[in-house]
Amino acid sequence: MGTTFTLPKFKQCEENKTTSENKINMTEEDDTAAMNFKIITKNLDLFYGDFQALYDISMDIRPNKVTALIGPSGCGKSTFLRTLNRMNDLIASVHLNGNVYYDQTDIYKNYDVIELRKRIGMVFQKPNPFPMTVFDNVAYGPRVHGIKKKNQLHDIVEKSIKKAALWDEVADRLHEPALGLSGGQQQRLCIARVLAVEPDVILMDEPTSALDPISTARIEDLIEELKQNYTIIIVTHNMQQAGRISDFTGFFLNGKLIEMGKAKDIFFNPADKRTEDYICGRFG
Amino acid sequence: MKKSRIIVESIIKGFFLGCALVAVLSVVLITLFIFIKGVPLFVEVSPLKFLFSTRWEPTNEESPGFGIFSFIIGSFYVTFLALLIGVPIGLACAIFLAEFAKGKFAVMLRRVVELLAGIPSVVYGLFGVIVICSLVRETFGGTGFSVLSGAIILAIMILPTIINISEISIRSVPEEYREGSFAMGATHWQTITKVLLPASKSGILAAIILGTGRAIGETMAVLMVAGNAPIMPGWITSKVRTLTMNIVTDMSYASGNHMVALFTTGIILFFFIMLLNITIYIITRKSRIRNA
Repeated sequence: MGTTFTLPKFKQCEENKTTSENKINMTEEDDTAAMNFKIITKNLDLFYGDFQALYDISMDIRPNKVTALIGPSGCGKSTFLRTLNRMNDLIASVHLNGNVYYDQTDIYKNYDVIELRKRIGMVFQKPNPFPMTVFDNVAYGPRVHGIKKKNQLHDIVEKSIKKAALWDEVADRLHEPALGLSGGQQQRLCIARVLAVEPDVILMDEPTSALDPISTARIEDLIEELKQNYTIIIVTHNMQQAGRISDFTGFFLNGKLIEMGKAKDIFFNPADKRTEDYICGRFG
Repeated sequence: MKKSRIIVESIIKGFFLGCALVAVLSVVLITLFIFIKGVPLFVEVSPLKFLFSTRWEPTNEESPGFGIFSFIIGSFYVTFLALLIGVPIGLACAIFLAEFAKGKFAVMLRRVVELLAGIPSVVYGLFGVIVICSLVRETFGGTGFSVLSGAIILAIMILPTIINISEISIRSVPEEYREGSFAMGATHWQTITKVLLPASKSGILAAIILGTGRAIGETMAVLMVAGNAPIMPGWITSKVRTLTMNIVTDMSYASGNHMVALFTTGIILFFFIMLLNITIYIITRKSRIRNA
C-alpha cells in the first residue's frame, strides 16, 4: 500500500509511443459476452444548461467485473457515473441525449427511478452515513422499501454489515451513532447500507479519496470480493487503484471517452497517445 | 500626531463599547425594575396564593384577590393552541420553501413571509376582530371573542419565525444526506421525513420555542380578539385573559397593591420567557457539540 503516492513504472512510459488511433481494445472472447452487457450507454450527451459535460459516450459494462473510470478532474467521469442511476435528475438544469440501457431496458424511458436506484446502488466520495445509529443506517434502505419486521431487518442488517467486512468492528455498537465511526468504517457502513437493498450494480464515486491508505486497502479488498456477486463501476483519481482493482478501464478527457478496454491493455498498451500521457503522469 | 491618533482610536472604541453596554444595561435594569416593583406583593399575598388562586378581585376593598392562575392557564392555553395550528402549517411551508419552491415564486413567497413578520400587531388585531372573530362565531357559536380566535391570530403571527428558522435548518442539512437517501431509492417524501427532518430537528425545535416565546409575549392582537374576561377559560369558544392582557388592561387605573400585582405578573411572564430562552440555548449548544 505504500505505493499510493508514487507512480509505478508502466512499461510503455519509457518507450513513448505515438499512436493516436482512437480504438477500443477488445478481444474476441469479450465479443461473445456482448449479449449480456449489464449496462450499455449509446451516444450519450449531457448538458448542464448550455454547457456540454459529456460528448457521445458509448460504453458497455460487463457483469461481475470491476470497471474503473479514470481521468483528470472535471473530465466528466463522475457526471457519467451519475447518469447510470439517474442522480443527475436531482439537478434541474441537466438534460441529456442518447440512451442508457440497464439489462436491455432504457432507464430514461421505461424505468421507474425508485426501482432503478434499488438495483443500482451508489457509494459517494465523502462517507455519508445518516446522523442515526449504525443499525438504522443499514436498515434505512429496507425500511423505505417497505420491510418492517424486526427479525427480518435484523437479519438484513447483520448480513449486509458482514458482507461489507465491518461486522467485527461494529457488532457491539449497532445502536451507537454512525458518525462516531472512523472514516474508513463509515465508508464500509455506506457500502453495507447499499448492499442492504440487494442491488445488482454498485456505483462508486471516488470511494477512497477521503480515506487513509489502510482504510483504502480494506475497501479495495472488499471491492475484489464484492465483484463475484455485483457489477461494480468505480470512478477514481488514483491510477494505481484503477490498475490494482479494475478488470476494465475507461479513460475520460474533457467530457469524452478517449479509450476503453481491458485494464491491462489500457495501462500497459494504450492505443491513444493521450491515455498514455495521462497514465505516465504527464498531465492531470 | 501619533499620540492623538491613539486617543482618537480609544475614544471610538469606548463609544462602541458604550453602545454595546446599552443593551446589556437595559436587560439588567428592566429585570431589576420589575423585581423591585413586583416582589413586595409577596409581603401581603403568599406566592402560592398569587400563582395558584383563580380569584382576581384587586379592587375588592374588604378582601382583595390577587390570584393569576386563570391568566397563566390562559396564556398557556392560547399559546398551545396557537402552536397546534401554526407549527404544522409553518413546518409544511418551510419544507415547501426548502425542497420544492423554485425561482421567482420562491423569492416572492419568502418576501411575503418577511412582510408577515413586519405587520404591526394592532393590525393583526383589527383583522382578527373583523374576520376571525366572526368566523369563529359563525362556526362554533358564542361571541367570537375566544381562546380560539386568539390562538388563530397568534398562529399567523408566529408563522414567520417558524418558517424562517425551520427552512434555514432544513437547508443546512448536508447535501450528502439527501443524495445518500435518494441513491438508496427513497422517494422525496421519505427523504424529507426520514432524513431531512430528523437531521434538522434541533433547528426546528428552536424555531418552535422562539414562536412560543413570541406567542406568550404577544399582547395587543390577543387583547383585541380573545375576550379578556378574568375567568378560568373553558372550551375553545370561551373568553380568556392572558398574563400580558392582565397587565395592559388594569394598568390604566390600578393603584396600590393592585399596581404592584401587575408588576408581579410581569415577573412571572419574564420567568417563562427566560425559561424558553434557556431551553433554546441548551438545544443549540447540544447540536453544536454533536456536529463538532
